[in-house]
Amino acid sequence: MRRYSKDFLESLYRTMVKIRFCDESFVEPIIKKEVRCPCHLYSGEEAIATGVCAALNKSDYIFGNHRSHGHYIAKGGSIKKLVAEIYGKETGCAHGRGGSMHVCAPEIGMLGTAPIVAATISLAVGSALASKIKKEKSITVSFFGDGATGEGVLYESLNFASLKKLPIIFACENNLYSTHMPIKRCRPANNIFEIAKPFSIPGYRVDGNNILEVYEVAKKSTEFARSGKGPVFIEFMTYRLRGHVGPDDNIQGAHTDIRPKSEIEKWLKKDPVRNFEKYLLKNKILKKERIDSIKYIIKKEIEEAHIFAKKEPYPEETELTNYVFKE
Amino acid sequence: MNRKLQYSLAINEALHQMMELDNSVFLIGQGVDSPWYVGNTARGLLERFGPEKIIDTPVSENAITGAAVGAAISGMRPVIVHPRMDFMMYAMDPIINEAANWHYMSGGTMSVPVVFWGIINRGSEQAAQHSQALQGMFLHIPGLKIVMPSTPYDAKGLLVASIQDDNPVLYIDDRWLYGIIDEVPEEIYTVPIGKGIIRRNGKDATIVATSYMVGEAIKAADELKKAGIDAEVIDMRSLKPMDKDLLFESIRKTGRLVVADGGWRTCGVASEISALVSQNLFKYLKAPIQTVTLPDTPAPASSILENVYYPTDKDIIVAVKKVLEE
Repeated sequence: MRRYSKDFLESLYRTMVKIRFCDESFVEPIIKKEVRCPCHLYSGEEAIATGVCAALNKSDYIFGNHRSHGHYIAKGGSIKKLVAEIYGKETGCAHGRGGSMHVCAPEIGMLGTAPIVAATISLAVGSALASKIKKEKSITVSFFGDGATGEGVLYESLNFASLKKLPIIFACENNLYSTHMPIKRCRPANNIFEIAKPFSIPGYRVDGNNILEVYEVAKKSTEFARSGKGPVFIEFMTYRLRGHVGPDDNIQGAHTDIRPKSEIEKWLKKDPVRNFEKYLLKNKILKKERIDSIKYIIKKEIEEAHIFAKKEPYPEETELTNYVFKE
Repeated sequence: MNRKLQYSLAINEALHQMMELDNSVFLIGQGVDSPWYVGNTARGLLERFGPEKIIDTPVSENAITGAAVGAAISGMRPVIVHPRMDFMMYAMDPIINEAANWHYMSGGTMSVPVVFWGIINRGSEQAAQHSQALQGMFLHIPGLKIVMPSTPYDAKGLLVASIQDDNPVLYIDDRWLYGIIDEVPEEIYTVPIGKGIIRRNGKDATIVATSYMVGEAIKAADELKKAGIDAEVIDMRSLKPMDKDLLFESIRKTGRLVVADGGWRTCGVASEISALVSQNLFKYLKAPIQTVTLPDTPAPASSILENVYYPTDKDIIVAVKKVLEE
């Protein structure tokens, strides 16, 4: 009957809800200007981080980008430290020095994120190279957006990773927009999943809003990479429910006049969290009460993280120049 | 008497010994098993440590440098070699945006123990894109240490120190130094990053020099001695952190400064040292500071123009005489 255990499916659901609630919890503080750090919200893309990281071990590595709260949470990063970081607090995951675009949790293999488009792809190739040199079984996932396909370093990275058969997964989250520009205005063809082909890397395109499809392809790909066969490239089709940055939805007619209303409405129907919830209910995997209780507990955890973060101290002004060099 | 070794082989020995000592060290970059790119600096490494640790790469400076940075983040100590610094421009993002900032923007939770080995490879009519000495550009960047050894002893000791350092270090050597033969201990040792050294003691004027220009400064000092001028020569060895104590002590003594660097003048190493000294030691200065640098001009091809482009001991002598006029 069911191929997955109830516990496993519930854990996927929990992670997705955690990511959704956590990122949505920044909306109000951003509007109230309690949060000033620019946040690129992951809402709508939760299935990708969740499904891919569910196929990873703790000793595996990931690198993210500007929109990486979800990757951080899915890999197992602390919500408290994430929220504190967004508030610019000393107890944040980067001690208030990195903010939303530099979340990290090296203790669980989240090796960092950077908003320079495509910049962490080569870093991820490096950690995969390190695993190979050390003869460790760990693999690396590089998360990047469709916009990164415009950067040359991606192609250099694909070539080198394939040449050396490195244990890396190139995970492209195609949310159809590179900042403001529709991907069809960035690329002559709708074929991102094929870009790895000339480098002899297998490429797949899957519905990035379907958690089980994401997990399936991730599982298959991690096994491939871990067995020494080399990299895998996956294009996950998805959509950002919020706009490029902050709570704004970038709807046409608003001041960030980007996306047609009909397109947003179409994708709202494909909401990965709501659809997975429906699936769990329909297949009688989780009861309504269980789902409500999961949501309640996560909501509480996130509220507490905000309360904690607001009370926490800011970095000391006298410590401005700490961490320029490791002493 | 101590063993003598060629500058380029001192680099080679540092690589051999560090790779032997530490499993996390590896060498990556273009031409590491091709004799004409890195001279004999990579001699015997491939045979001894194998292609998994001595990694020759396609021409993809951006991704390969990024890979070295990523490997460092995940616990390795890579040395990424750029046989010509000019090509390193393709790797500005991993060097500046990523490596130099990573420790700071992770709030000290991660570090990047990578060595960017950039070779200045100029002269012989190689023109503007095969000749650049770009230390000044990198000196601007917080979070990046920079060393420029001028002797075989320092070439080895500073490379060992750079590999052992937990921060990204830009190790810049000048191909013109590769033939120098001098004393180099056989055992492993470090030259501390951030410490300069006095190469000639003097009381009349201070010549601060970097890399290849140290040798020119010593020649100039020896020549000036014949004219009764007693010039002190300081080899900075590290540009960041800079040994301000050594520099300031000398200027307090002499009150006259010439800075000689093989890069351009504007916003360069010489300008920075001049600014530091005039901000901190204005009252000790008896004459305006003189700088000996490249003109703000790309490197020419024709050797007739090259001869006037690259500064030499003669330019330093003129500059020292000038600071002594006042």
